[in-house]
Amino acid sequence: MSKVELWDISKSYDKQANVLNGINLSLEAGEFFVLVGPSGSGKSTLLRMIAGLEEITGGTLKIADRIVNHLRPKDRNLSMVFQNYALYPHLNVEQNILFGLHAKKVSKQEQQDRLKKTTEMMGLSELLKRKPRELSGGQRQRVALARSVVSEAPLCLMDEPLSNLDAKLRAHMRIEVRRLQKKLGLTMIYVTHDQVEAMTMGDRIMVLNDGEIQQVGEPIALYNEPANLFVASFIGSPKMNLGKAVFNQQMLKVEDFLEIDMGSIQPATKIVQAKNLTIGIRAEHILPAVDLEATHHLDVINVEQLGNETLATFEIGPELWTAKWLGQWSIKVGEKVPVHISRDKLCFFDTDSGLLLKAASSTKEKEVAVV
Amino acid sequence: MTMSISKKLVFYLLLTVSALLLFAPAIVAFLMSFMSSQDILTGKILPETWTLDNYIKAFERFPLFGYLMNSFIVSLLITLGQLLLSSMAAYAFVFLEFKGRDTLFFIFIATMMIPFEASIIPNFQTIRGLDLLNTYTGLSLPFFAVAFGTFLLRQHFKQIPKELKEASEITGMGDVKFYLTVVLPVAKTSLVTLGVYGFLTSWNMYLWPLLSTTDDTVRTVQIGLKQLQSQEQLNEWGVIMAGGLIVVLPTLILLFLGQKKLQKGLTEGAIK
Repeated sequence: MSKVELWDISKSYDKQANVLNGINLSLEAGEFFVLVGPSGSGKSTLLRMIAGLEEITGGTLKIADRIVNHLRPKDRNLSMVFQNYALYPHLNVEQNILFGLHAKKVSKQEQQDRLKKTTEMMGLSELLKRKPRELSGGQRQRVALARSVVSEAPLCLMDEPLSNLDAKLRAHMRIEVRRLQKKLGLTMIYVTHDQVEAMTMGDRIMVLNDGEIQQVGEPIALYNEPANLFVASFIGSPKMNLGKAVFNQQMLKVEDFLEIDMGSIQPATKIVQAKNLTIGIRAEHILPAVDLEATHHLDVINVEQLGNETLATFEIGPELWTAKWLGQWSIKVGEKVPVHISRDKLCFFDTDSGLLLKAASSTKEKEVAVV
Repeated sequence: MTMSISKKLVFYLLLTVSALLLFAPAIVAFLMSFMSSQDILTGKILPETWTLDNYIKAFERFPLFGYLMNSFIVSLLITLGQLLLSSMAAYAFVFLEFKGRDTLFFIFIATMMIPFEASIIPNFQTIRGLDLLNTYTGLSLPFFAVAFGTFLLRQHFKQIPKELKEASEITGMGDVKFYLTVVLPVAKTSLVTLGVYGFLTSWNMYLWPLLSTTDDTVRTVQIGLKQLQSQEQLNEWGVIMAGGLIVVLPTLILLFLGQKKLQKGLTEGAIK
């Protein structure tokens, strides 16, 4: 287990504008840390800088309380799994797994012991003599993982390792990777563009956009209290419904279309004071008005039946909002559906800065959970 | 593929005709090498009596075996030298990062436009200056560094995923080890291609050995053949043809062997 610390890390290519800016981060030993962001956000670059494959332009990188800025990758005591697995095509599974150990001059006996232990754990014992091209995607992935495990490095870096797998296998490997990390007590830094992977695997997540940290925190915290509009729209599936809003006394008018009664809100609060306001509401918080009183009637423009839940899309001015309801609802496109939107469930953002002004209150959520 | 019989017929007819045209000189040489000189002078196409006399004479008349050996040694030297230098240069152009790498490569490639004949005088002077005339080294040294080989291997090396190099860096493998244990085995196919190509071109080389050798101990077989022709007033074409066929033989063998290996290598890369 190693602690990883990043102090004011930045990166630029050829003295151009920075690709990464002022990254400050501290990782606990044994933590599963996920870097998530859209493509081009700099997450892979950051990972490669930690690995030592890219030079660090500015700042300090510490691994296990040691400054490693100028150390070569092999001296940083880490392992890495690549998106395309980086298996040597001319070597069989066994040679692939042991390849790094030869370079590290581990004794033959020790190599065999580690190989046996690792392949049994990963279910690769039957495949040792196969070449990578004779393996399926999932098996190749496991070989790549095994190669990383066998090195017994305390820090493991993964660069979108599951993105080449089909959906079913990906879900399975998510669990396997997570279990492996806990079992071996590895410190893991995991890069992905898939927010579902980030949410399900990470102890903590860092959302990165345009080379800047948007938010760092536990998955649920990011979901419930997104620090800004970017995180709000990035984390969660379907994404948070957003709309520009203006206050008209007690009434909040969203996109000149939807009016929400804010009840007895204090005129002095931040929300009312903000010049440009954007509100957000999670898809599961637009409820069907069955037990609850209908606050709005909305036109359905699309319905997606997922079996266990139903997604209905509504047009709110120029925006499309999605509601997620449990179970199967027989609603048709073009129908007017009564829904219940609670003012407690709204998130408020400053449109200009994008920052969160007020998060949705979670009190109701807990009551529901109890019931 | 399905094809109507008439279409097939036309295709095969055309193929046969063009094959005959292409091979005509070789066939004539083959037939002539088995003729007695009488037959040749009367302009027969098929030998009246098949005879191996020409072959026996070819070996008796001049040190053919020695020439063949010389050719073999020189070609092998050039092939190995080219493989070694080209692969190392290509490695540098693909896996090492240094300033002006792409410019350098461009200049490198540009030398392909200069024919060897154009630089033959400076090469000759260099080799003479090094006192390497009439040596195997002198025969092979000017051909060690070839832009074509570097170019060919660079294209293949570029297909090796960068992650392989990075994975090796993380495990602590240096450039030399990566070059030997990963790059060379993975690029086996291109190496064989380049090797076969290099061997054949050096085997068939004429001008340089002619210039840089003056005595029989290192002379290659191509020059030897030419000697056979001019040694006497009346050319014994049968012997010359027999010599020619013997010279072509190693080339053909190599081509067939190489082809098999090449095909295997190519399909290996395709099913990935």
